[in-house]
Amino acid sequence: MSNTKNNIKYKAPLSHQLNPGHSACAGCGMIIAARLVMDTAGPNTIVTNATGCSEVTTTQYPMTSFKMPWIHSLFENPAPMASGILAALKVKGLEDKVNVLVVGGDGATFDIGIGLISGMWERGENTLYICYDNEAYQNTGYQSSSSTPFDANTTTTPPGKKSSGSQQLKKDMIGIALAHNLPYVATASVGNTLDVVAKVKKALSIKGPKYLQIYCPCVPGWGIEPKDTMNVARSAVQSGFYPIVEYIDGELVSKKSAQGGSALGGVTKKVSIEEFLKPQKRFKHLFKDENGKLEIAKIQKIADENIEKYKLI
Amino acid sequence: MKILLTAKPGTTSQVKTGNWRELVYPVIDIEKCIGCGICERVCPEGICFPTGEKNSSGKGFYACDLNWCKGCGLCASECPVKAIEMKEEGK
Ligand SMILES: Cc1ncc(C[n+]2csc(CCOP(=O)(O)OP(=O)(O)O)c2C)c(N)n1
Ligand code: SF4
Ligand code: SF4
Ligand SMILES: [Mg+2]
Repeated sequence: MSNTKNNIKYKAPLSHQLNPGHSACAGCGMIIAARLVMDTAGPNTIVTNATGCSEVTTTQYPMTSFKMPWIHSLFENPAPMASGILAALKVKGLEDKVNVLVVGGDGATFDIGIGLISGMWERGENTLYICYDNEAYQNTGYQSSSSTPFDANTTTTPPGKKSSGSQQLKKDMIGIALAHNLPYVATASVGNTLDVVAKVKKALSIKGPKYLQIYCPCVPGWGIEPKDTMNVARSAVQSGFYPIVEYIDGELVSKKSAQGGSALGGVTKKVSIEEFLKPQKRFKHLFKDENGKLEIAKIQKIADENIEKYKLI
Repeated sequence: MKILLTAKPGTTSQVKTGNWRELVYPVIDIEKCIGCGICERVCPEGICFPTGEKNSSGKGFYACDLNWCKGCGLCASECPVKAIEMKEEGK
């Protein structure tokens, strides 16, 4: 090894809010997003976390990767726990000095926790809810959730003679959040790290309940190479498959800022839906025969509808 | 029996996940590095960091701490100037 390439002598300062030594898979999108969110929120933050990879990989008893106060409880509990924490902060006169973050996967958010999240939002609690969306119950072996996209192969939606994968459409969680009249609702992709950081900052500057949904590729669940996590997270956005939106007080504000050019992770006609689907084993069955082509055309239609609905171009 | 319900902050750092690496590890060419910090933002382990030292063109260069590196290759594929090479283990 030449001298200019020698990076052995330097020791990582471990300056992030989330330490290494966690057991997330090599290339995991969720853990990249988690670190960006925690670093942006900073040490004056209390986190409640649902069950799922973000919890299982970071807190193997009796250790934790988090440096800030962080509490795990059962799937449906993080939202009401945040309400309790806020009540305690109020008694202590600290409610404006501490961020309260709620973290859950798509299974925890779209399915299991949704009733209690709705309650937290209805009460107008000053919290930021972060959903890391890896589009299935990944921690237990890739079962489909209501966030799983159409035609995806999961262990509960296997493609075969009678099925081309999941036959349900992804639940419109953004629409559900907006229906609660939240002051801030947005999506981001881990493929655009600066956008994630900007949106967490923006959300935390607003009082009331906020919802941020971050697209996070899962290496084994989607069947991608670890080195491709960021590429796939970007092509999802660039092809219109995963709409990046930002609503303040119910108004779509992100048209220019977050979309920008392709470099910023915006939609570009140059990236086809095939380019997004192809590197992923969960869509491999669509590239086998003529029927697959018809299915890909349906997914293209979903992307086109996103582009139109959210005015992405 | 006493069961602790709390853990000390950041304690997973004692687990050196570098032993997960099987095939490749990253090497940063410090002369090519422009100090943009992209590897620091994308590394799932959070162990790409500014060294505080400068290369011959005056850029503060980065390093990866192999003690925790799982060899995912994201730092190398995201580096905008291709300063990071994934080398075969043992070479
Ligand atoms: C009530 C309940 N049901 C099921 C489980 C098993 N379980 C643990 S993690 C997990 C997956 C969670 O999926 P998601 O919220 O999407 O997070 P991910 O694992 O994908 O990160 C499941 C089903 C559980 N712990 N509790
Ligand atoms: S299974 Fe998926 S979400 Fe879970 S740690 Fe691995 S890559 Fe991350
Ligand atoms: S190969 Fe992956 S784990 Fe290793 S330093 Fe690069 S980004 Fe981090
Ligand atoms: Mg999930």
